[in-house]
Amino acid sequence: MNALALLVPLALGLGMLALLFFGWTLGNGQYDDPEGAASRILFDDPKENS
Amino acid sequence: MTALPARLDAAEPRLSAAACAHCGAPVPPGAGRFCCTGCEGAAALISGLGLGAFYHKREAASGGIRPTALPPVDFATRAIPSRGGAEHSLDLMVAGLTCGACVWLVEQALAADPDVLRARASLATRRLTVTWRGPADRAEALASLVARLGFQVAPWSAACLRATEDEEGKALLRALGIAAFGASNVMMLSVAVWVGSDMGEGTRGLMHWLAALIALPVVLVAGMPFYRSAIGAMRAGRVNMDLAVSLGVLATTAMSLSEAVRNGPYTWFDGATALLALLLGGRVLDRAARRRARQACAELLALQSAEVTRLEADGTAHRLGAEAVRPGDRLLVAPGERLSLDGVLEEGEALLDTAAISGESLPRRFAAGAALPAGAVNLGAALVQRVTAGAAEGSLAAVARLLERAEQARGRYVSIADRAARLYVPVVHVVAAATFLGWWLGMGVSWQAALVPAVASLIVTCPCGLAIAVPAVQVVAVGALFRRGVLTGSPTALERLAACDVAVLDKTGTLTTGRPELLPDADRPEGALEAAAALAASSRHPLSRALVAACPTSVRAAGAVEEIAGAGLLHGEERLGSALFCGAPEVGEEGPTLWYRAGPQAAPVAFRFADPLRPDAAEAVAALRDLGLEVELLSGDAPAAVARAAASLGITEWRAAATPTDKAARIEALRAAGRRPLMLGDGINDAAALALANASATPAGGTDLAQAAADLVLRAEGLSALPAAVRTARRAQRAARGNIAFSLSYNVVAVPMAVLGFVTPLIASLVMASSSLAVILNALRVGREASE
Repeated sequence: MNALALLVPLALGLGMLALLFFGWTLGNGQYDDPEGAASRILFDDPKENS
Repeated sequence: MTALPARLDAAEPRLSAAACAHCGAPVPPGAGRFCCTGCEGAAALISGLGLGAFYHKREAASGGIRPTALPPVDFATRAIPSRGGAEHSLDLMVAGLTCGACVWLVEQALAADPDVLRARASLATRRLTVTWRGPADRAEALASLVARLGFQVAPWSAACLRATEDEEGKALLRALGIAAFGASNVMMLSVAVWVGSDMGEGTRGLMHWLAALIALPVVLVAGMPFYRSAIGAMRAGRVNMDLAVSLGVLATTAMSLSEAVRNGPYTWFDGATALLALLLGGRVLDRAARRRARQACAELLALQSAEVTRLEADGTAHRLGAEAVRPGDRLLVAPGERLSLDGVLEEGEALLDTAAISGESLPRRFAAGAALPAGAVNLGAALVQRVTAGAAEGSLAAVARLLERAEQARGRYVSIADRAARLYVPVVHVVAAATFLGWWLGMGVSWQAALVPAVASLIVTCPCGLAIAVPAVQVVAVGALFRRGVLTGSPTALERLAACDVAVLDKTGTLTTGRPELLPDADRPEGALEAAAALAASSRHPLSRALVAACPTSVRAAGAVEEIAGAGLLHGEERLGSALFCGAPEVGEEGPTLWYRAGPQAAPVAFRFADPLRPDAAEAVAALRDLGLEVELLSGDAPAAVARAAASLGITEWRAAATPTDKAARIEALRAAGRRPLMLGDGINDAAALALANASATPAGGTDLAQAAADLVLRAEGLSALPAAVRTARRAQRAARGNIAFSLSYNVVAVPMAVLGFVTPLIASLVMASSSLAVILNALRVGREASE
């Protein structure tokens, strides 16, 4: 019973954390351009003016 | 073994010709490394920016990109100022972004400009956002840089935004995330209950309540898309698949709650949440597949959208959107520009290509004061048009309103899934109610216990397999068609296409290329073509252009050519034009003809033209016939031209000189006779017929109204995609029917077990998962066969 008191909240907490993280990625527009992001990782030396 | 030599022959020309170093198009031997000066310029620009790595990066991409011209749009006014006007940003739609290398090239080329602060292109949405320091006027230069690299650019329009910025899709994805979270966590607790036979009653109660704590909000929030659709259907007095899903999920949740209250052996929260997660997954995929197609359509339309040039009272010209023009305004229409509004010709004479409005393959002449129809293309010199009707009340708007009405009629089409639901929902709920009453009153168990087999029969009948049966097939079929260049926007398009039994084809621009071509003539004197082409080079008349295009040597335009309206071209003693103008005998002419006379005494030489059929037209017509479709031709062109095209394609049923109303009437007559017509057309004159037909398709070069009216847009060059699409649609329909039949037959075993109370949540989830899996695997077959 003691193990449950620790493990169940832990498991649910981790799940909740993953759900919140998913919500953040969705709001952050991470699923808007999946193909572009896949090839962007191969670009070297990004040249951005500032 | 006979196929082998043929393939070798086909490969031959490619071996002898080199590929263009920029776009990859074949280059004739001896012409250097590039196919055209545009490509040479683009390659020089790329290497000048130090971005030569592009050519290594893009190895994987197929298809070439050639430099393009900038559309006649005022980019500067669309730039959005920020930081008090010190910086500006511009959103562009960039067509032709096909791979990561293109994204890299566009971003790096723009970043090479010291004033550019940020350039970000999205491969999925084709949207480029560029921010720079300095005035708004730089917009034009930055957009033209992208165009010079070989990408077609257009301002990012509201239509593009609607197609990509898909709030509903995002909401579905969020719901899927929540449902997946709920399903996995509830399942964790449920498994503990299933295997923990030695679990104390208190612990089991705790597990039930924990599961309820997770499942209740998840079912409430993640189920929203289904509840909304179900309520919409009920308000309209219909029954749809979402209603079955909603009732199943809510009933399961309610029963589980009652089980948790009385601390029964099992709760069914895992079933309810897993059902939601599976169905939402299917729906997200379905939407993604269609979104790509919708977006590609919006992209084609954005490239066509242009502005008009208004002449102000003080003689200055302004570019603005067509919707801002009032009747009475004077517009300047450049050569080659499409008229966006109805009006009358202010002065002089005009030559317009009206193929999109009437289907005529030859241009028409208009005198001053004549009414110029919107949608026509100016083939002559620049003209001034006085607008008679604004964008909202002109002839194009009337067609658009017609389309809207037709669209609503089409929205009432009941898909096969909903037809199945109509049958399924009442039967299943009567069975569930009878089970409940049987156990409660008949067997005398408590109402809570009687609820369990009743709801179990509801969930085991598997709205899951049934609800996913059609979307799974749709996703696969729409995706397979997209790869073949057929864009499918409407959810019921494939179903309607599969049912078509007669194909009605337009001629000009659909079966033919819409551009006249010179017919070969062995009797033509030597040198006549070259001499005639030298005159023709100064005219924009389509026959002149065809003459120049047919000339094998490079054409040197003759100077000081006088164009006599309605007659022909004059250069000293030389004449090129109509039979009367050149003093040729008026014989019964076959199709459009140009005459050339070198001098007053010389014999006139005839150049005959024909609007050639697309190379694959005959093959496409034959393929449609093989599929069991009757083929008929319905054209606005002259009878002689239509008869010739019909004869060469072996079509016996044809109608010529059909007005837009005639075309729509023909489609309605076919429908009234119980036929299901498939309309293929590209013009404004076809739009009404396209919208009325059971299913419709338009080639990619079609007018925007035709594209809006059609179910399918054939983006790939050629018509052979249409029979392929019909085949895929029929296969998809067969698979969808098979899936529904399979899901229903599953129930023959599952329902009696559930009614008798043998089904536990474990069995229910196994049934649900296995039937969904079987249905999805069956759907995948459609894609494999379609790509063969």
